[in-house]
Amino acid sequence: MGMDRRTFLKGLGTGIAVAGPGSSLLPGRLEAKEVVASKEFMGVLVDTTRCIGCRSCELACAEAHALPVPDISDASALDKIRQTSVTQWTLVNRYQTEKGEVFAKKQCMHCNQPGCVAACLVKAMQKREDGAVTWDTNCMGCRYCMISCPFDIPKFEYDSAFPKIQKCSLCWERLQKGEKPTCVEACPAEALAFDSRRELIEEANRRIYKESGKYISHIYGEREVGGTGYLYISAVPFEQIGFRTDLGTTAYPELSKGFLYSVPIVLLLWPAFLIGVNTITKRKDEVQRREGGKK
Amino acid sequence: MNTVIAEEEKRELKDIVAFIRSELKPKGKLLTPFNLISAPIILLGVLLILYRLARGMGAVTNLSQEFPWGIWIGFDVMVGVAFAGGAYVLTFVVYILRSDKYHSIIRATVLNGLLAYVFYAGAIFLDLGRWWNITNPLWGNKFGVNSVLFLIAWHFLLYMLAEFVEFSPAIAEWLGLRKLRKILGSLTVGAVIVGIALSTLHQAGLGALFMMAKGKVHPLWYTEFIPVLFFVSSIFAGLSMVIFEGTISHRVFSDKISHEDHAAYDDMLIGLSQGCAVAMFVYFFAQFLILIHGWHWALLNTPMGYWYLTEMVGLVAIPCFMFFQGARYRNMLLIRTAAILAMIGIIVNRLNISIIAFKWWVPFSERYFPSWMEIVITLAIILTEIWVFRWIVNRMPVFGKPPAWAEETHQ
Repeated sequence: MGMDRRTFLKGLGTGIAVAGPGSSLLPGRLEAKEVVASKEFMGVLVDTTRCIGCRSCELACAEAHALPVPDISDASALDKIRQTSVTQWTLVNRYQTEKGEVFAKKQCMHCNQPGCVAACLVKAMQKREDGAVTWDTNCMGCRYCMISCPFDIPKFEYDSAFPKIQKCSLCWERLQKGEKPTCVEACPAEALAFDSRRELIEEANRRIYKESGKYISHIYGEREVGGTGYLYISAVPFEQIGFRTDLGTTAYPELSKGFLYSVPIVLLLWPAFLIGVNTITKRKDEVQRREGGKK
Repeated sequence: MNTVIAEEEKRELKDIVAFIRSELKPKGKLLTPFNLISAPIILLGVLLILYRLARGMGAVTNLSQEFPWGIWIGFDVMVGVAFAGGAYVLTFVVYILRSDKYHSIIRATVLNGLLAYVFYAGAIFLDLGRWWNITNPLWGNKFGVNSVLFLIAWHFLLYMLAEFVEFSPAIAEWLGLRKLRKILGSLTVGAVIVGIALSTLHQAGLGALFMMAKGKVHPLWYTEFIPVLFFVSSIFAGLSMVIFEGTISHRVFSDKISHEDHAAYDDMLIGLSQGCAVAMFVYFFAQFLILIHGWHWALLNTPMGYWYLTEMVGLVAIPCFMFFQGARYRNMLLIRTAAILAMIGIIVNRLNISIIAFKWWVPFSERYFPSWMEIVITLAIILTEIWVFRWIVNRMPVFGKPPAWAEETHQ
């Protein structure tokens, strides 16, 4: 039954996508789209109950993207909560929770409708057909993507005269070759699973139902900020493992949509109104002058 | 026949070039206290800008991954553009409503607006990490039309053109180009209408930039109505700036302003003051409604709440009341003080949204505070703008009357 509804919605989405180009000048393209060009968004399911904090993903990521290679045998890195950086696109944090130590991987969430993509005025930030959110060099370095990212993921190279935005790309170059993201491949504990977002949500639900009591009944990223490519399941409430749970389910581009919709209206009506007022005052001026002349 | 005209024009062009060359030379004393203070700051600013371009943003600014926007955006652009709002408000009053009362200050206001956009919106250039890509939003297939910033970029550019057209008759009068003056003069109303529409949208747009900073801007400041608030506040921000700038100009350039203008000036100030008072009242009332509808009462009794009340009462309600009283009792000092308070209120509001109430939970030690270099560069930009303003005012008919031959075509 659920499948049927999904298929229906998918069809509807494609219909909207086809109807889209006709109105491409309007911000209507912000509409939720799970399907772009009939491809499904791919994603990664992170099972935080399986993560052992070995940081193999950090190592694999650094090697794949020519970033400084971290020393993963040094466990002291886990002593404090870290943020991703220009040289670290993904990392694992250790949290003390009501159920003891829990590890959680952090990286770009690859939102379905990313704030950073809507923010970018030159389309340097892009949502790719397969779901990856990537950055390109036509970027102006305005850092509006950083302001607009609910997860504070894009990182800027302040110390370079030729700075780039650095963030996880879901190994987009590997996805095109049909390979999995390198972190998923490197995970020895099967804490990471790569698949279509739809399959991953099924799988996450399966795990939650099957081992009742092991997980809390929530998939982080299923609905948060309109849905994300990275999905998390956990044994403890997500606040305890460093997630913001106050972000809501509205996709971030929707937040500035109201303003953008008002733009064509203002540009049409405002000048028309001003021309009208201008004409009236002109007439008034002329009448005054004529009457003044009569005297 | 044609060759004669061409010859004439050629000679005219030669004369104009010679005239411009003579005008380029400084007029008046060079060693004034203002010059002695501002020149070294501008020079240092230029050096720091070069250093920033060579070594990257981090060498000069205190920006961080947590705080990607500092005073170059929060102050230079956000506040600079709000203060420049006087141009669109006054052109509306003068050219659309045809109120002659404000005609004598329209050129100075438009010039101020134009220069504010050139310099303060131009400050975006410094803030762009990859500045060599600055023209990307203008061409190619890389139009990020879903971005509020895309709209702002285009609007800044188009608005600068509109303001240039509005001011251009003064340039034609300066150069003695009668025909051109006539053509440019006929474009004014069109430019005004376009300019007002553009201003409405990008003044609001600067606020709309923060729509996607939901969860980062303190709930007392974050509302879906930020764009509306930015627009309304730009009205009194601009008018307060006109009052403030006029007060200074009338002292500095008093030789250029005729006596009747001095006399009519008080009436004008009172009118501007009434405009400010009404706009501020609308703004304050909107803020009040938003506060009530947001159910944020409990937040008022926190340190950020006190700061919010300081802004809303001390820097909005009180100057609003002062404007009302000043206009009622013709108290110029009260009006001028209110203008300064209102301007401080705008600075505080824009900085709150972009920096101070932005990620308010970050402890003080990790917060962004501008480096001395960011401040010097900002000062250098402001001072350079004043230099250019002075250069133009001393040469073109801005405060004074246009030449007699242009009078008849004058709107």
